[in-house]
Amino acid sequence: MINTYIEMVPALLNGAKITIEVLVLSLIFTYIIAFIAGLGKLSKFRAIRVVCTIYIEIFRGTSLLVQLFWIYFVLPFFGIEFSALTAGVIAMSLCYGAYASEVVRGAILSIPKGQTEAAIALNMTPFQRMMKIIIPQAFKIMLPGFGNLSIELMKGTSLVSLITLGDLTYQSLTLRNTNVAHTTEIFVALLVIYFIIALPLIVLARWLERRASLGRV
Amino acid sequence: MSIWSWSYTFEVFPIIFDALWITLAATITAYVLAMVLGLVLAILRRSAFKPLTWIVIGLSEFIRATPPLVQLFFVFYVLPFYGISLSPFVAGTLALGVHYSTYCAEIYRSGIDSVPRGQWEAATSLNFSSTQKWRKIILPQAIPPIIPMLGNYLISMFKDTPILSAITVVETLQAAKIAGSASFRYLEPFTIVGVLFLLLSYPSALLIKKLEVKLNRRSLGKKDKKLKEKGVAA
Repeated sequence: MINTYIEMVPALLNGAKITIEVLVLSLIFTYIIAFIAGLGKLSKFRAIRVVCTIYIEIFRGTSLLVQLFWIYFVLPFFGIEFSALTAGVIAMSLCYGAYASEVVRGAILSIPKGQTEAAIALNMTPFQRMMKIIIPQAFKIMLPGFGNLSIELMKGTSLVSLITLGDLTYQSLTLRNTNVAHTTEIFVALLVIYFIIALPLIVLARWLERRASLGRV
Repeated sequence: MSIWSWSYTFEVFPIIFDALWITLAATITAYVLAMVLGLVLAILRRSAFKPLTWIVIGLSEFIRATPPLVQLFFVFYVLPFYGISLSPFVAGTLALGVHYSTYCAEIYRSGIDSVPRGQWEAATSLNFSSTQKWRKIILPQAIPPIIPMLGNYLISMFKDTPILSAITVVETLQAAKIAGSASFRYLEPFTIVGVLFLLLSYPSALLIKKLEVKLNRRSLGKKDKKLKEKGVAA
């Protein structure tokens, strides 16, 4: 039994490397997109608002796997071909970015109007107002939402196995094909590894949640 | 646009649209399971027997932290070794339902926690049995405020059903993939799937938002109503 686990290690480690790569890259782009789309939806220009709303609703309204397949299998028709890794990161970032942008927007809207008015009274430009007054306060409110979304994103990375990217899930399915008798060990190990990857994110999310609720009744 | 073929669109649309029923059936079956199991988990979590509470909490955390796709493979590939062979559809709805039941349990918990302590005490002092307490006093007050949140999970589950394609359930996405691979044209089938998902989930999301606003308004007006009821009873 222990031997089976040891034999599985190299393949699973390779898979874990890819899973973490997809996770980290997608997290970075998700939150960049979240800020762009979230702020864009609050823009005073109607055109920007409309574009951001359409993006958010399309990506929240369809399924991540459908988006992933669309980007990986359909875009080549238009001459845009991505590697599985790039397609995975793009789909994950666009999908979770749409969800995260709602977190950004909600947090910014929750800052009292008096803050904006005070900033105007201090003769700040709209850009200064946002960067120095609103976002620093709103950011703290966003963090718990970001923490939970990061866990969701981590779970979403398993879908890249379905476009043949060699992540943890994919490696386990391949392992299983050659050692069907050890299916149980393989999938138990897989679940445990995912849980270990999720653990720091869970601890972080809980900590952020607790910290956000401090000082509130 | 010449790249988009309408004749091909009309050819594959009926195939994909038919598969939508499988998607909807999977969503609803898994949702009913999630709602029922979620309630059981929420009630077990309040058990006075502490080890049971810990097991429920630990298991829920584990299920919530690991990908539903992997759980799906687990149910489909591992359970047969223990004599439980499930059809892809049943395995899929079971995995999805169990995964989401842990989320539903959290929502039930927030609803149950928001029922004032006095209600429990009143039920106890009226000599209600434990079942009566839950059925007649606590749940009727705990559930209505959380209906919109439960509705949001219905939409989330609907959007998660495409993962069932990984274990060969021919739902919408799998039907599109099969249609596409037969002709090497994926543009139309996958776009149809996306549009179908959007057409179903977006109006539902708007509906739930409306319901939420309505329920909020009602709970604000509840105080007056309660006072009135009291007056009538007196």
